[in-house]
Amino acid sequence: MAEDKEGKEIKPEGQKPEQAKPAPAAPAAGAAPPAAAKEAPAKPAVPAPESWSGELPEALRKQFPEVALEAFTFRGQNFFLVPKENFLAVANYLKSVSGFTMLADLTAMDFPKEEKRFQVVYQMYSFSRNERLRLKVPVGDGETIESVVPVWGVADWLEREVYDMFGIRFEHHPNLRRILLPDEWQGYPLRKDYPILQQDTRWVQENLHIESGQ
Amino acid sequence: MIETAPQATFLDANEIVINMGPQHPSTHGVLRVILKLDGEKVLGAECVIGYLHRGIEKIAEHRTYGQFAPYVDRMDYVAAVSNGLGYCESVEKLLGVEAPPRARYVRTILTELNRISSHLLWLGTHALDLGAITPLFYCFREREEVLKIFENYCGARLTTHAFRIGGLQYELYDGFEEQVRTFCEFFLRKVDEYETLLTHNRIWLERTKGVGILKSDQAIDLGVTGPLLRASGVKWDIRKAMPYAAYEEFEFDIPTGTVGDTYDRYLVRMEEFRQSVRICRQAVSRIPTGPVMAKVPKIIKPPAGEVYHSIESPKGELGYLVASDGSTQPYRVRVRPPSFINLQALDRMVKGHLVADVVAIIGTIDIVLGEVDR
Repeated sequence: MAEDKEGKEIKPEGQKPEQAKPAPAAPAAGAAPPAAAKEAPAKPAVPAPESWSGELPEALRKQFPEVALEAFTFRGQNFFLVPKENFLAVANYLKSVSGFTMLADLTAMDFPKEEKRFQVVYQMYSFSRNERLRLKVPVGDGETIESVVPVWGVADWLEREVYDMFGIRFEHHPNLRRILLPDEWQGYPLRKDYPILQQDTRWVQENLHIESGQ
Repeated sequence: MIETAPQATFLDANEIVINMGPQHPSTHGVLRVILKLDGEKVLGAECVIGYLHRGIEKIAEHRTYGQFAPYVDRMDYVAAVSNGLGYCESVEKLLGVEAPPRARYVRTILTELNRISSHLLWLGTHALDLGAITPLFYCFREREEVLKIFENYCGARLTTHAFRIGGLQYELYDGFEEQVRTFCEFFLRKVDEYETLLTHNRIWLERTKGVGILKSDQAIDLGVTGPLLRASGVKWDIRKAMPYAAYEEFEFDIPTGTVGDTYDRYLVRMEEFRQSVRICRQAVSRIPTGPVMAKVPKIIKPPAGEVYHSIESPKGELGYLVASDGSTQPYRVRVRPPSFINLQALDRMVKGHLVADVVAIIGTIDIVLGEVDR
């Protein structure tokens, strides 16, 4: 993949992945360890996200000296962790200056044990650099985040889906309603505390006239 | 005495809202489109989706990596092989293993055949929507041949589950190469046949030219990918830009359009038929020998972290964001569904056209509701 221009690709070094015991808390230092990961002592052989330095992180740090920007690389893929207060400016800069004109995907992840529970993930692509980049923005429960619809039009439905599935509200979104589930549905299914068999029983009974959808 | 008042009221009401679907043959599934009309002119369209939502991303978090693989076939069920390829390659990337060359070749061939069968379904139904009935029968006849190859290979025709994490479950059957070669030979002539039916057909031209124009900058802003983006003149194909499977080793062209209308998208897909045949022919003549399965542990436990990997599915960029916490089950699987994102452009494309053109535009986007709703 041409994603990594800095040649920082992590080699598994012949490690058999089954030796990978529950890894020492996921995306590197300070960045949201998944809930299930145990606090096992770090095994250096396990490939883990490591810090990424290169032309792009340099440029961003220069442009936004006040932003606590963290850059990582994992399996040859680069990503930034950006605080939500500044991320819209960073996104705008990445689009207009660095050439990441297409937002390929926008989604979220839920880490209930973290201080900031959610991570909104922006997957960008630049035609001119032929490079992908991920932007991760931690968002706490009940907090809102600025919508990127003015930056990339594609975000409209994608943000609606994140709202639908995680209940993260996007400020200044033109039409923030549920998209896949019915408008009156209670609960956000992709949150980790939403069991797989859970449903909105009241909605099912009122609208489908059956006791249960299962 | 002639009553004029009700008529006048009707004419003054310059905005009507009508419902199209979810039970409507030309919406290709359970898509509901709320159309705002001025007479017969469309002012805007709002899509209501989710009728087929099964929570596939949630299911993923409760299955092991291997168990989840058959589920992805149920998203874009007319291109199940592509779905499987995307998922298997994403997990392989997370694991840090690579499928052996033989497996990568077979994957390429099957995926390209799948592209042909998916485009055939699109062509048949799209032409049917626009009043040409004959291509449907022709397309399904040829599609049958592709499905036979899938059936011979893995026993299933639609939801194939053809690939496994790390390679392939099955060796090729005897006569696979011959069957693919025969199909390629015969299919190229059939593509010409479809073109004689449609490409210069006056009715077809009238119904497709200038309909649903999407400019390249609009297309990029809306994240549209696949044949739609290429028809708008952006020469971008993940098979070339970021090669996966064995695409690096074959020669093929990326067809592009200029105007970005329904006719251009038709031409792009017709050319993709030929390019797919070209790839299949090259691949089938030099399938390497060797194992079809890489060394993958019995229990798949990728290291903690996440990867995003995308492939060029027949509909566009099909991406998977697979996150692991080091356990046997994915922490999160996000699917970037090309149909979902391409469908978002519908509103932009139908504005100013007639109701009948909406049918043409829905057809040209080539959506599969199983993938839109997941």
